Amino acid sequence: MKLKVRDVEFSYASIPVLKDVCLELAESEILSIVGPNGAGKSTLIRCIDRILAPEKGAILLDGKDIKKLSRMEIARKMGYVPQNASQTFPATVFDIVLMGRRPHISWRSNEEDIEKVMQALQMLNIEELAMRDINELSGGQKQNVFIARALAQEPEILLLDEPTSNLDIRHQLEVMDIIKNVVREKEISAIISIHDLNLAARYSDRIIMMNNGRIFAAGNPSSVLTRENIEYAYGVEAVVNNYNGIPYIIPVAPVQDIKERDSENRREVLV
Amino acid sequence: MVGEVKINMISESVAEFRTERIEIKEEYKRFVGRKMLFIFSSLILIFVIAGISATLGSYPITVMEVYSIIWHGIPKILKNADFIISHGVNEFFREHFTTKEVVVWNLRLPRILMGVLAGIGLAVAGVVMQGILRNPLASPYTLGISSSAGFGAALAIIYGAGLTWIGVKYLVIMNAFLFALIPAFVIVALTRFRGASPETMILAGIAMMYIFSGFLHLMYYFTEPDAMKEAYFWMVGSLGRASWENVPLVLFMLFLCFPLLIWKSWDLNVMQAGDESAKSLGINVERTRIFTMMIACLLTASIISFVGCIGFIGLVAPHICRIVIGADNRFLIPASAFFGASFLLGMDTIGRTIIAPVIIPVGVMMDCIGGPFFLFLLMKRRREFW
Repeated sequence: MKLKVRDVEFSYASIPVLKDVCLELAESEILSIVGPNGAGKSTLIRCIDRILAPEKGAILLDGKDIKKLSRMEIARKMGYVPQNASQTFPATVFDIVLMGRRPHISWRSNEEDIEKVMQALQMLNIEELAMRDINELSGGQKQNVFIARALAQEPEILLLDEPTSNLDIRHQLEVMDIIKNVVREKEISAIISIHDLNLAARYSDRIIMMNNGRIFAAGNPSSVLTRENIEYAYGVEAVVNNYNGIPYIIPVAPVQDIKERDSENRREVLV
Repeated sequence: MVGEVKINMISESVAEFRTERIEIKEEYKRFVGRKMLFIFSSLILIFVIAGISATLGSYPITVMEVYSIIWHGIPKILKNADFIISHGVNEFFREHFTTKEVVVWNLRLPRILMGVLAGIGLAVAGVVMQGILRNPLASPYTLGISSSAGFGAALAIIYGAGLTWIGVKYLVIMNAFLFALIPAFVIVALTRFRGASPETMILAGIAMMYIFSGFLHLMYYFTEPDAMKEAYFWMVGSLGRASWENVPLVLFMLFLCFPLLIWKSWDLNVMQAGDESAKSLGINVERTRIFTMMIACLLTASIISFVGCIGFIGLVAPHICRIVIGADNRFLIPASAFFGASFLLGMDTIGRTIIAPVIIPVGVMMDCIGGPFFLFLLMKRRREFW
């Protein structure tokens, strides 16, 4: 196992966000995390990258507890693409991607680092943007730049927080294809939090479904994305069809008693 | 036949691709080259302005005389090094130098050197503060450093007035320095409890600014006009207090702080992408922020305790350099340092000569000429820079 998450708990200002989260990530696997807003998907990803420190439980990277690793050591193993990254002062795309080399060098970038940046840009097909200012780019282009930065890090695990949320359908497919190709070519693993169940079904090896800070379903796409699970997690009545062996979800209508059920759930979490 | 064409097309596109890649690398290198050129030109500019500044002044000495005095002064000083160490630099000037030599060596040169050092230090502290706080408005003023130093100096000027003149001189410097460090300590203490977010830091700084200027005005309210005027002019900032006694101290602080900030400059870049991204790239964000903040505050405190609050240079020099070379701190820190030095020295030279023999303090010149110049650049710039 590449990564193990064991009984992780986390809360923001004593409101529990993650409860008893356990998961395992295999080598060269794409694992998607789905679930409604506020389910704890992004929090889990941040805990895995130690941007947040869980209160309980452990996260093991190649069998080592990440609490015992330095930030640099973690950064050499895991690359993180945030949901909406901002940049205060202007910077060229090239310089942004070059920052991905920070875990490997301390100050001066050499020819090899420039080459690595070029490779990352090429992989995402954004070389023509190299000298542009990041703040002038569209949402989709920015997303690609941040993925390129994570690739320049040469990580063994790629963590992506809703990489498709601001993109049109073409860019969504392109980004997911890129992630899939990178995982196959470099034999790395990826954890992706994602809202679009159909994209998750199509691109993931495994899916975990979260609700109220807990994982309640995990497995291959067809075993997780069932009518019952979707109704339970999202409170949405859905039709699950099959398209070339991949589940294909059509949301139909919100279920009426979701509020009632949710408040029960919350009580359960607080107890 | 068709296959051959296909292969040709592929090899062509590969070749095209390679040239494109080389072109981007070349472009990036040219981009770096342009930044280096700006840094180098700013450095040259310091020497040019210093060279001109040394020849200007109310005491009539010709340009050639000035350079000959500087040229012949150096061996004289080296020869009498023992005397200087045992009797002090002022005694040496009185015994061995003519009036003209004293004017150049003891009035103009320390002033020029202090201008260069203060310009470097304040501009560098400004870049770093703007970078740490991710805020284009950050400067020694916004962190409360200027008003706390001003309060400390006023306390010494107004209530330490019973001491000897020499005593007062050191009291003012020490007080200004110690008070200037208060905001830094308060901000760091606060971040231990509330986390070191840029918003917390800048709001704490603003609060400190109001607290100290409140105390300062309270003190003015109960003070004689003469003492108040002196305290007030300390706040404006001038290079008039520069001497061979305080220049080495400032030089020492610069040698201490400048390399540390350059060392952290790339981490500052990474932190521009936000705390989360910076952490995921291996930076210990809180520790880096507090460390660079302390260094910048220490540098600012040690400079403004000698020259007063020349706050505007810390805001303007980084922004002007950012307009020219972009926001990469690895280049921006040295560029702002050298540009800030030439800018401050230039302003002081104008202030010294424009209505000579009256000397306008450099702080005033900075605000009156630097301000409109900055506005002009803001209107002229081609794109958004922050």
